[in-house]
Amino acid sequence: MRVARPRTISEALSALDDNPGSQLLAGGTDFCVEVNYGHRRPEGVVCLRRVAELRDFEVGEGKVRIGAGTTYTEMVKRLSGVLPALAAAARTVGSPQIRNAGTLGGNVATASPAGDTLPLLAALDAEVVLVSSKARRVVPLNELITGVKTTTIGPGEMVAEVVVPRISGPQHFLKVGTRNAMVISIASAAVVVDLQAQVVRCGLGSVGPVPIRASRAEEMISEAIDWDDLSAPRAALERFGDLAAEAARPITDHRSTADYRKRAVAVIAARAMRRSLTRVT
Amino acid sequence: MLREAVSSEAGAGAGAFEPVDPYSIILNGTERVVEGSWIGESLLYVLRERMGLPGSKNACEQGECGSCSVMLDGEVVCACCVLAVDAADSEVTTVEGLNASGLVDDIQSCFVEAGAVQCGFCTPGLVVAVHDLLGRRPDAGSLEVREALSGNLCRCTGYGRILEAVRLVQEKREDG
Ligand SMILES: Cc1cc2nc3c(=O)[nH]c(=O)nc-3n(C[C@H](O)[C@H](O)[C@H](O)COP(=O)(O)OP(=O)(O)OC[C@H]3O[C@@H](n4cnc5c(N)ncnc54)[C@H](O)[C@@H]3O)c2cc1C
Ligand code: FES
Ligand code: FES
Repeated sequence: MRVARPRTISEALSALDDNPGSQLLAGGTDFCVEVNYGHRRPEGVVCLRRVAELRDFEVGEGKVRIGAGTTYTEMVKRLSGVLPALAAAARTVGSPQIRNAGTLGGNVATASPAGDTLPLLAALDAEVVLVSSKARRVVPLNELITGVKTTTIGPGEMVAEVVVPRISGPQHFLKVGTRNAMVISIASAAVVVDLQAQVVRCGLGSVGPVPIRASRAEEMISEAIDWDDLSAPRAALERFGDLAAEAARPITDHRSTADYRKRAVAVIAARAMRRSLTRVT
Repeated sequence: MLREAVSSEAGAGAGAFEPVDPYSIILNGTERVVEGSWIGESLLYVLRERMGLPGSKNACEQGECGSCSVMLDGEVVCACCVLAVDAADSEVTTVEGLNASGLVDDIQSCFVEAGAVQCGFCTPGLVVAVHDLLGRRPDAGSLEVREALSGNLCRCTGYGRILEAVRLVQEKREDG
């Protein structure tokens, strides 16, 4: 049993190569709970907390690149201007203690249906940059996450960064749970309004095995919006919620029934949409 | 600063695999060595069972209750969600080390004064969380205080007196 505490991405990758069975550790908020409860028994660990490169973020002309090691606290602090819905999602995660440790890369790699960054990343058609000592590949989020907590991240690979387009316009994230804080989503929704392209993007979480795009809702509302003053008719907003619920494929589990999830996702998708408009006609 | 020094000393082999231990943690300002440990031990386990510091409480071991809150390199985290080997060469401050003199600090005494301690199990974690909050945001308003303490569960008090204790600390600190 061995431990590596690299300071650069290349050190981390060569450590992974040296000890192929070893596991990556970022903030530990998923990892350690699994170890504490006996669901994970690491033989070797590569700790990523000291890799400063993984915490970089860059706002370019057309794209925003966010390092996998960016914590929720940092997302709230640094991204509320350029990606307000990601900052909003980050703000709803766990508690200050969890937000100080938990990272974007850990949320993506865990690929939980309830991962709170995922609906927005899905809405933005995010690309995930995977690196190994041999190659670097860019995988769209919807190809990376293939099922409940399953991804196509291969052995020896790690998430280096997540890349999303820079879009100007309002965006909102909402989630439903049993409390306002420290709660795993029962349903969540992210809405992004692209003022330039005059389209709406909407991603849903916790209502299917993977994050879901509400494509028909997006198409309908993009047509219904009056783009001159960013308003939409009330009936279209209601229809938006209904179409979002139709796209959802929820299950019943210990947190909620499938019926409640469908209802909740309709309400929050429509609400996030309404908050993104200047007025309802 | 300390971590920088450690890294440059580590030299060429930095980042390569090393045996699980010995490793050291700068614990409440003093370097402490961990030996004979298992790779999967949480920082909470190491603090309580190896370092003789039972102030950080163990209730849920899943990050939900905050009773194990400690400062890791200046940020409040749940010690049960930190792999102890990943705290190597880092600075950890537990409730026992918040006041360098070892005496009860103003946050602790305000908790007592406000009647915010009943069974007391949640108190150490809350004291650490309040220490973190008021260090960053001395004037935090009541909503901000609630949000900052949302990761610390208390089954006894109903929180009213805890919020009162925080207000009392703020008042006393303002009066100097
Ligand atoms: C009390 C509590 C509350 C929580 N609340 C929420 C919540 O509200 N919303 C939410 O979405 N999540 C929540 N979580 C889950 C968790 O905090 C997040 O999923 C977090 O983003 C995980 O990141 P981490 O850095 O802690 O990952 P870790 O626990 O360190 O790792 C998680 C997994 O990802 C892998 N991994 C980490 N980094 C990389 C990388 N760069 N490349 C490849 N693989 C990697 C690890 O090997 C491991 O399998 C909560 C957890 C706890 C304990
Ligand atoms: S024991 Fe760590 S949060 Fe409950
Ligand atoms: S005083 Fe008993 S849990 Fe808070």
